[in-house]
Amino acid sequence: MARMQRRTVADLGFDETIKNLSPDKIARTIRYVLEKEAAARLKAYVDTCIHCGLCNEACHFYVSYDRDPSYAPVAKVRQTIWDMIEKKGKVDPETVKTYARIGFTECNICRRCSMYCPFGIDIGYMMILVRRICGLLKVAPSYLQDQGYSHMYTYSQSWVAQDDWVDTVQFVEEELRMNIKNARIPLDKEGAEIMYSPHSLEAKFKTNLLANIAKIMNVARVDWTMPSFDGWDSTNQSMHLGDHETMGMVERMHFSAGFRLKVKKIVTSECGHSFRAAVYDGSRSLGWKEPPITYLQPTQLFFEFVRDGRIRIARKIEEPVTVQDPCSIVRNRGLGGMLRSVVKAACEDFREVDPCLEHNYCCAAGSGVINYGPPWKFLRMEGGRAKIRQLQATGAKIVIAPCHSCHKTIEEMIDYYKADMHVMFISELLVKTMEIPEDMRTPEGKGSDQ
Amino acid sequence: MNDVADWDWAPGDKCIADVADWKRRFPVVHEYTVTNDGEKIAAIVEQGNKAVTVCVNGELWPVVAERAWSLKFSPDNRLVCPMLREYEWSIVVDGSPWEETYDYVWNLTFSADGKSIAANIKKDNEFGICLNGRSWETRFTEARDVVVSPDGSRTASMVKVRRVATLDIFSFAEGVITVAVDGEAWERNFLSIWGMSFSSDSRMVAAGVNLDRLTYTVAINGVPWERTFSHIWEPLFKPGSYDVFAPVKIDGLWTLAMNGSPVWDNSFVQLWEHRFSPTTNEIAAVVAVQFGKWTVARDAVPWGKTFRDAVLAPVFSPDGKRVAAIVKEDDRYTIAVDGTAWNERFDMVWDPVFGPDGSRIAVKAERKGAYFIAVDGRPGRESYDYLWPPIFSPDGEKVLIRCIQGGKYYRRVRPVSDV
Repeated sequence: MARMQRRTVADLGFDETIKNLSPDKIARTIRYVLEKEAAARLKAYVDTCIHCGLCNEACHFYVSYDRDPSYAPVAKVRQTIWDMIEKKGKVDPETVKTYARIGFTECNICRRCSMYCPFGIDIGYMMILVRRICGLLKVAPSYLQDQGYSHMYTYSQSWVAQDDWVDTVQFVEEELRMNIKNARIPLDKEGAEIMYSPHSLEAKFKTNLLANIAKIMNVARVDWTMPSFDGWDSTNQSMHLGDHETMGMVERMHFSAGFRLKVKKIVTSECGHSFRAAVYDGSRSLGWKEPPITYLQPTQLFFEFVRDGRIRIARKIEEPVTVQDPCSIVRNRGLGGMLRSVVKAACEDFREVDPCLEHNYCCAAGSGVINYGPPWKFLRMEGGRAKIRQLQATGAKIVIAPCHSCHKTIEEMIDYYKADMHVMFISELLVKTMEIPEDMRTPEGKGSDQ
Repeated sequence: MNDVADWDWAPGDKCIADVADWKRRFPVVHEYTVTNDGEKIAAIVEQGNKAVTVCVNGELWPVVAERAWSLKFSPDNRLVCPMLREYEWSIVVDGSPWEETYDYVWNLTFSADGKSIAANIKKDNEFGICLNGRSWETRFTEARDVVVSPDGSRTASMVKVRRVATLDIFSFAEGVITVAVDGEAWERNFLSIWGMSFSSDSRMVAAGVNLDRLTYTVAINGVPWERTFSHIWEPLFKPGSYDVFAPVKIDGLWTLAMNGSPVWDNSFVQLWEHRFSPTTNEIAAVVAVQFGKWTVARDAVPWGKTFRDAVLAPVFSPDGKRVAAIVKEDDRYTIAVDGTAWNERFDMVWDPVFGPDGSRIAVKAERKGAYFIAVDGRPGRESYDYLWPPIFSPDGEKVLIRCIQGGKYYRRVRPVSDV
């Protein structure tokens, strides 16, 4: 196996935090997680793996880095969990830093490798354990740690003050009325059908996305609401940090908001990890087998709107269009068909990607990697080479990506690789193409975003 | 007329307002709110061009604002609304604005009797709480949430005591979050805080605190329990005492602790939303006895029946003998009482309301968009376009129904047998 060769990256979350680690603390933490929390499942995986390497080609890092064997899934497990087990946790702080670098930055927990494992070993789960151990030792990318602290304090990933959230919603509603007559964004409406739960960026830097969702909800005449209080934000970076306790608090707050408002469904933003946290990791950490309130990703909602005629397409996009299949909602939830259905309804020329659907590659930014800041950007750009080549091969000029992480990193890769295309959320696509009903049109609006 | 006994309990219907007419009069009508006694209905109404006011029983407030939100009736039937006028927010009570103005007002909260009105405020980029028109003298870098003491004289908020730059993970880890009561911050800071509550004599405040990873406990007036746990949920004072109870996680399972020591023999996959009996020492809580099997436990003994989707906070009857809770299974809601679920299922159901002697339970329920009252599991004959939760008369023989039907808001008093 090739020795791990990596570019040196300065990150206080790794470099400074390991100075506080003692061998005893490291060993106790590793043993606690492996013996108390992981137990039988981990043993089954470790005992079952025969090191066949069939998972290698499944990893986008492995493919993007010219099949460097140190990026193979089995190599990542070998260098982390197996190393911890063999050494019974007796490792030095520099080794913990290596574990953290692999667990946090070289695996997106996309679980494509598990599909190609003849035994179905959940390698992603083992990387989650690595993150749990390193997270408990506070050895994690500083940007991610910062967002984890934000969740502890605000239940939001971006330190959003309570007044800023409500003020933003009211501002967006005012702006929306330029295009949609008497548009409403009802806060705290008890008994509404749907609670929309935005990404925190929609309350800060990307309020246009919140406006798009509000526009669609108004045009589709949805009985909807959002909480004015904590629990409105769908994000949960604590999950990526291995902070299961804060992850659980965030998800409990989220569903409590839904129960308090008596909504029948919660719809997350066009985000993959929020969906994963609410439907899988977060809910289950609290004891729920399934989310206690029906939980939808916008892809599902938009599919229903178009299918049922609640949204009518006024003019289709003529440029060739393709899609990115976010791992959390396609490989792990099967929403790829709905995604394509909506895109085909709004676009004349759909180009399929290869591989596609559950076999599609991860964007290389999932599981929090998108948030690690400038020091780690190169990782997404180089690790996403397989992705951008795949998208370019379709000849499409537009990529529809219903996930904040996929959207942002593909946008940056387009710039990095000088690709002739741009990225859109589904909501952007619908706002550009949908018909505004006669009774909602304003003198300022033109019936669509065109 | 805040005392239920003083309300008009004569059986019959009273049409209070033609709310359909409001929708003809105003381009935008926000959500309705009603008084507990059912005599008033109100909504924020927009008159166009950023002219917003409040309509009560068809009459408009004289105050016109650029923005208004969070309109609520207090428990003593005063109508309260944060409003923005001339770029400054104030709280307007029954049409009269407080003199104090703010950069923002949110989390409008009342004391149990309604006599105190409190909210979070921001002024000159500093944060605090206003109580009955006077804001805290000390303000903070940030304040989140409002808790009002039982006597209405005190307020608490979670505050950030100093500014920490984004990405300064080391300063935040030192602890910059604490609780401020009446503007005075606790001496000790924490990594995070949640679930603030007052003791019933309004003197003490408890909150869940995070000291470090896997190191959670309860702090009372800023002093943490000696023992820590791998996780905890919101603490509550036992009424009439300073004993604090909180769900705590030990060795992967949850149990209930009092003053830092476990007091329940049983442990559960999950335990939260503990509630005290109004008459005895009993405690009921939501528990998961196994993964995905939810129920209510009374003094650590779970009901025999479990529910797959969820169980919401238990409600004791006034005599403390019975416990009811909203339960959800197969995406349908109903009420379970003392471990037995009603046969009827609903698309949505609101909290169970016990009659004064605890023998009857009425709820607001909804199916396919139609609202109705259900009593002891039996759906009422009438359905409504909208409805507020039912209230029993002091003798328990009648029910007050506050409803919208055919575009009109009615206050109806019905014998329970006629619902």
